[in-house]
Amino acid sequence: MIVDQSKIRNFCIIAHIDHGKSTLADRIIEKTGLLTSREMQSQVLDNMDLERERGITIKSQAVRTVYKANDGNEYIFNLIDTPGHVDFNYEVSRSLAACDGAILVVDAAQGIEAQTLANVYMALDHDLEVFPVINKVDLPSADPDLVASEIEDVIGIEAHDAPRISAKVGLNIEDVLEAIVAKVPAPEGDPKAPLQALIFDSIYDSYKGVIVFVRIKEGSVKKGDPIRMMATGAVEEVVDVGYFGAGQFIPCDELSAGMVGYITASIKNVKDTRVGDTITLNNNPCEKALPGYKKVTSMVYCGLYPADGAKYNDLREALEKLQLNDASLFFEPETSLALGFGFRCGFLGLLHLEVIQERLEREYNLDLVTTAPGVVYKVFKTNGEVIELTNPSNLPDPSEIEHMEEPIVSAEIMLTKEFVGSIMNLCQERRGIYLGMEYIEENRAILKYDLPLNEIIYDFFDALKSRSRGYASLDYDLKGYVPSKLVKLDILINKEEVDALSFIVHADSAYERGRKMCEKLKEEIPRHLFEIPIQAAVGSKVIARETVKAMRKDVLAKCYGGDISRKRKLLEKQKEGKKRMRQIGNVEIPQKAFMSVLKLDED
Amino acid sequence: MSMKKLELYVHIPFCEEKCRYCDFLSFRADDSEKKAYVNQLIEEIKAQGQNYGEYLVSSIFIGGGTPTTLSGIWILDIMNAIRENFIVETDAEVSIECNPGTLSKSKIMHIKKAGINRISFGLQSSIEEELKELGRIHTYKDFLQSYQLAREYGFTNINVDLMSGLPNQTIDSYKTTLKRVCALKPEHISAYSLIIEPDTPFFDKYGSEEGSLLLPDENIDREMYALTKNILREHGYERYEISNYAKLGRECRHNIGYWTGVSYLGLGVGASGYVMNRRFHVESDYRKYMSVKMQQDITPLYRDLEELDIKANMEEFMFLGLRLTRGVSRHEFNERFGVDMFEVFDRQIKRNMMLKLMEYNSPNLRLTEKGLDLSNMVMSDFLLD
Repeated sequence: MIVDQSKIRNFCIIAHIDHGKSTLADRIIEKTGLLTSREMQSQVLDNMDLERERGITIKSQAVRTVYKANDGNEYIFNLIDTPGHVDFNYEVSRSLAACDGAILVVDAAQGIEAQTLANVYMALDHDLEVFPVINKVDLPSADPDLVASEIEDVIGIEAHDAPRISAKVGLNIEDVLEAIVAKVPAPEGDPKAPLQALIFDSIYDSYKGVIVFVRIKEGSVKKGDPIRMMATGAVEEVVDVGYFGAGQFIPCDELSAGMVGYITASIKNVKDTRVGDTITLNNNPCEKALPGYKKVTSMVYCGLYPADGAKYNDLREALEKLQLNDASLFFEPETSLALGFGFRCGFLGLLHLEVIQERLEREYNLDLVTTAPGVVYKVFKTNGEVIELTNPSNLPDPSEIEHMEEPIVSAEIMLTKEFVGSIMNLCQERRGIYLGMEYIEENRAILKYDLPLNEIIYDFFDALKSRSRGYASLDYDLKGYVPSKLVKLDILINKEEVDALSFIVHADSAYERGRKMCEKLKEEIPRHLFEIPIQAAVGSKVIARETVKAMRKDVLAKCYGGDISRKRKLLEKQKEGKKRMRQIGNVEIPQKAFMSVLKLDED
Repeated sequence: MSMKKLELYVHIPFCEEKCRYCDFLSFRADDSEKKAYVNQLIEEIKAQGQNYGEYLVSSIFIGGGTPTTLSGIWILDIMNAIRENFIVETDAEVSIECNPGTLSKSKIMHIKKAGINRISFGLQSSIEEELKELGRIHTYKDFLQSYQLAREYGFTNINVDLMSGLPNQTIDSYKTTLKRVCALKPEHISAYSLIIEPDTPFFDKYGSEEGSLLLPDENIDREMYALTKNILREHGYERYEISNYAKLGRECRHNIGYWTGVSYLGLGVGASGYVMNRRFHVESDYRKYMSVKMQQDITPLYRDLEELDIKANMEEFMFLGLRLTRGVSRHEFNERFGVDMFEVFDRQIKRNMMLKLMEYNSPNLRLTEKGLDLSNMVMSDFLLD
């Protein structure tokens, strides 16, 4: 099959959340006839239940459709959908690198928002041709003219001829399709050159092994070719190549320069196919790999334990399965006195953690206890040894510690002028070091800060959004490690230390955090027949204390008209609550208490 | 062969005014609506009567809502329908719930004529502000008049409902209520502490964390609870169930039936029943209930029909029976299930006895005073895995 490069369009859609990205994707797929509207399940590209529910994209997705344009030619559209969260920024950048153009969707009523800008700049950084589409023109509050001028003023791209559409009702979608043909450049690249294929995602299939999503930049690849992943060095023989139908893989003879498709090569582990790596032919390699590859490392760690200890093996199997599809998920076994056998797991960020946790609970039907997330600290011991600490319980005795370092990130916060004061305060509270501020236009600025990672993993993002009425966006990169005055805060319940509740905290905030933690636990721990002291301690020094009073009364007085079922339900609920408890000494602690450290700032 | 024992519960879903803490199935209605309901209820009684030919009705309880919002003649009609379609024991206990503001001379005459022999007054409190906050339609004086009226017309078995833990209630005001009521010498007193139920005006006001601060705090609530036990004991009332106290021999037989596995049939919208080892309730959507054509096979009207297995039976035997201060009998358990209670609930019994929440006084296993205070905790333990 010979594919004419000039008839290929590789593009993505970028948009602020809720501005209609997925709906437009659905329309494009529907109008180009890949699916009839009856076959369409809304938002075809978000194929995990979780993605559809949360309205965010977690894995990259791609789909190929064919469009017969007004010029009489048929064009191949490769639409690549990108993840939508700072945790997955690297994946986003690789997906963008696989495209030649981007459709910018702007809501005709809301106009440009901070996230829109961040996405546009990222697309422009990758030399993508960006053209705007004004969506939701059917809304009564829509003002497409105003939004068009705003796009021209703020972003500086032509917008007066932007298609004005309603993806929801299917209005003017043809204009978008024609614009894709006209504005997205055709790919370049020599099909005869040595192979250079960019990996922008990979998934695991139990029959085919790893399926690698690629954009062919140079050369071509076909069944039987020996290929090499340039970063990992893995060599395999190609079993199959093809492109993406809607929800299915369609094999073809060959993928050549400019095309987007998949490769299978009986690869057993997604770790061999890292996002951003370059695939080349083993016997005719290209000179150098495509730029931009990074090895992704876990930024946030926490302990995951099965609520029911007997489910330990189920949890391990589930984590193994998820890891097949997600090379950035790390885990290793650990044990806790309080929680028994479980795993220390590493994630890209807190959202990634939440997504994995939810998938384990939902897709694998596991009940989990999660310990407080933390970052990786470096512990320099007096004997010269350096430990990378991911579990607070493993902190050596203070006498053996020379000093400790914590990771910091360089953060860029894009915001409008009016919020500069309150966001600077926020960064100050989180031990940020101010580096500077740049105005990108009259009303819009970028704040630059160095921030300790452990100050932003919990709720920084939420605080940022609430203090800027949703108008600030955050982007960060790991910068390195700096020495820091860190201590381990221990929690004692009924005089017994609970290892799973320990965490590392900056010495200056230890007292505050300890106090809040005790207050929170007091709320979470139900009354027992005896009084329960809750203490926070640094070393042997108790810095905060609360008491759960003994329970004296727990009666359901009335039982109306013989409604025994109601009574039974209440008792069952109570019993169910007890099951969700962990026994620490004589005290039963609800499992969610172990997460409570996360919510210390919610009032 | 002797006939099987059956209790009847009849639900009247009407109230003059909905109390602000009530999440029960009740609402206001005009006379024609009430009449229509009574007709439908009588149809249901006729239809059901055909299914219970082998049963002897030992007690009847007309509850609500406020049954006495019905005119006396309708109450009489309902009772007549029951007697015509069921076989009712001659000395059956027949109770009706009564809101003090709704009793007139003619009504009490009809109630008497209907063969009702026990009246349960929902007094709740003798303090005007407390009554007002609850949203009760009556004053304490109204109650006194109604109570006197009931005595005049020869009612010798009267219950008074009281509540503790009310907004604005103090130890002193509660003590006053307890003493006033004891002085009237009703045969039976039910004393509940207020529960804030979701979807009630009280929940909106007191359900939140700040709202709960307006209620008596825990120490006061506990003191009231202790006060109830002590004062009622002083006046000769024996506590026979978690919230129920009676003069000797005046325990409510109908209620004890609930706790000891006696069959009961619910009649009227939303009413619960337990017959032939099945639990169910009548359709609780009023309009649906009203539109059904009553016929002998009444099962289409049943909701949440649930056949109890042996495990559920054992659990109920325990968690219901333990509500009674006399507890549950090991012999009876053995007779019914053919196994030893101490084997089935070995862990639970040992644990709760060790915690001094239970005690065994052969052949009865019962909750201690402390166990009664923490009964939910103990009972939930008796649900098997």
